[in-house]
Amino acid sequence: MGQTLYEKVFNAHVVREVAGETPLIYIDRQLAHEVTSPQAFSGLRATGRKMRQPSKTIATMDHNVSTRSLAIDACGDQSETQLRTLRANCEEFGVELFGLGHINQGIVHVMGPEQGLTLPGTTIVCGDSHTATHGAFGAISFGIGTSEVEHVMATQTLKQPRFKTMKVQVNGKLHESLSAKDVILAIAGVTTSSGGTGYAIEFCGTAIEALSMEGRMTLCNMSIEIGAKVGMIAPDQTTIDYVEGRPFAPKGDAWDEAVEYWSTLKSDDDAEFDAVVELNADDISPMVTWGTNPGQVIGVNDPIPSPADFTDAVAADSCAKARSYMGIKDGQKLTDLAIDVVFIGSCTNGRIEDIRAVAEVAQGKKVAENVEAIVVPGSGLVKKQAEDEGLDKILIDAGFEWRLPGCSMCLAMNDDKLGAGQRCASTSNRNFEGRQGRGGRTHLVSPSMAAAAAIAGRFADVREI
Amino acid sequence: MAGIQKMISVAAPLDRSNVDTDQIIPKQFLTKVERVGFGEHCFHDWRYLDEAGTQVNPDFILNQPVYQDAHILVTRENFGCGSSREHAPWALKEMGYTIILAPSFADIFYGNALNNGMLPVKLSEQVIDVIMKQLLAEPGAQMTVDLESKTVIAPDGTCYDFDLNDFHRECLLKGLDSIGWTLQFEDAISEYEAKIPAWRS
Repeated sequence: MGQTLYEKVFNAHVVREVAGETPLIYIDRQLAHEVTSPQAFSGLRATGRKMRQPSKTIATMDHNVSTRSLAIDACGDQSETQLRTLRANCEEFGVELFGLGHINQGIVHVMGPEQGLTLPGTTIVCGDSHTATHGAFGAISFGIGTSEVEHVMATQTLKQPRFKTMKVQVNGKLHESLSAKDVILAIAGVTTSSGGTGYAIEFCGTAIEALSMEGRMTLCNMSIEIGAKVGMIAPDQTTIDYVEGRPFAPKGDAWDEAVEYWSTLKSDDDAEFDAVVELNADDISPMVTWGTNPGQVIGVNDPIPSPADFTDAVAADSCAKARSYMGIKDGQKLTDLAIDVVFIGSCTNGRIEDIRAVAEVAQGKKVAENVEAIVVPGSGLVKKQAEDEGLDKILIDAGFEWRLPGCSMCLAMNDDKLGAGQRCASTSNRNFEGRQGRGGRTHLVSPSMAAAAAIAGRFADVREI
Repeated sequence: MAGIQKMISVAAPLDRSNVDTDQIIPKQFLTKVERVGFGEHCFHDWRYLDEAGTQVNPDFILNQPVYQDAHILVTRENFGCGSSREHAPWALKEMGYTIILAPSFADIFYGNALNNGMLPVKLSEQVIDVIMKQLLAEPGAQMTVDLESKTVIAPDGTCYDFDLNDFHRECLLKGLDSIGWTLQFEDAISEYEAKIPAWRS
């Protein structure tokens, strides 16, 4: 029997595998940030352990940083302590850091690929669940806890079970106003937010192959939102073109050797998956979440589910709780819901292509009165590129705020947050209760749907704008 | 890390599915650089009526006096989904919950819990449903979880088996440090590193 892409990359990283033990695999790259690393560094210090390969870990500052100021104390004493601790730890242990004000600073999952730290056929970890993003390059990449961060620092390995495999195949052609975000939300609507638990997903099909690397990253990023730690796409020419020439990408003979190997990184024709999900891109409409997990999602014109639509008691209860939290009244449609805040950014949708999509919808229009709309580029390089293209001017003219890079309102660890009851059209990845601020109501959408909502002041079908 | 062998304790029912790690420990508490101090903020938005955490929410079940010494939490599917923050198991453990029973756990949370000497027990949806109803009907009912025999005894005395990987069981029973375990195989790691191709090194 043939092997899947996941199995090929996994097998190439096994350090030790014996019956009755979880396999020990080698980790090629660790990305670190201020929130989930301090206790790992202090763990090393407490046990007198060293980092095995400090050059294989790269750090940046993202979760906690202000998007209005480069000052390290802009978000309060505790955040400042955490940022300073990261800087001190990186100096002590010899880890390269792209800190505040560095052009490469940005959201860890935007920075990594930009720098060529993300390569096909590698294993990448980070103390952040959206590490699944890097699977877009055909890497096994997943989020880990802080104990595991410390484990990788000390040993450059991790114990990882072999996951079951799931093929998610999307054939057909996506409407030109739709994007990878609509695809992954549509998938979440089919699988639910836990359907991928225990699986490594491989996304494939003509609609996936047609995506840019930015789109593929958006897709794999949200694998965790359907429960899967790992989501992958086989590398192809699009991948190779993206990686070539980036600062940390291999050069010369090593590049040639890499490209040759990467061409073997695809699931064999006779490989078997433990589960298969199929969608047709032609059937996907602009998606909006209505509830409090990413699986509670519908097309913008579809009716919002009510508890009576579910036969399962737990699902009906979950629906009732979500409707109540989200403040959805009987008979309301998504397009009836007025928006208070629009957030564009995050490791899901903070890349140049996303900002272009927003600018395209916003050009020559105005953000609706009473709507606060912010655009937070994913990194210093994304910000610069957007400014070089004049996108910041288009957005500012339309009434959007143009901010500094960081995670921002995706998780609201800094001062960008929703107030109780505020409704937000967000390009981020999680619509959990309180995620963007206590009592805040988050609806996940694509960048162009967020832009359309900003202008209309309520959810609107971007295909009609 | 202290080992877990057998726990007899009040079990607290948290009758919700998809309890995410943002709910377990909201982001405003993640700015600490230590591993302690998260317990008082566990389930903050449900547990307190105000942002500052000064007004206890009397309607939140885990606030009931009968559950203040509970060490077992019983909940619904996909517990611990979302963010990989290990602050979630740190917070739960500090609040007193070292054993969690659910039909399913998110993969990252499951590993994080084990790495902190906590025991996530998977039981079928039907069994959890039965136990949940017993606990809701009899607040303060006790349960037994025995890691040695991999069994759970429900409030009504019914005994259920559960499954756990032998390696994890061994680590929990003995309170082992997983880095120390891996460092036994340093030679294998060095051997692997010597064979890494140039493009990946």
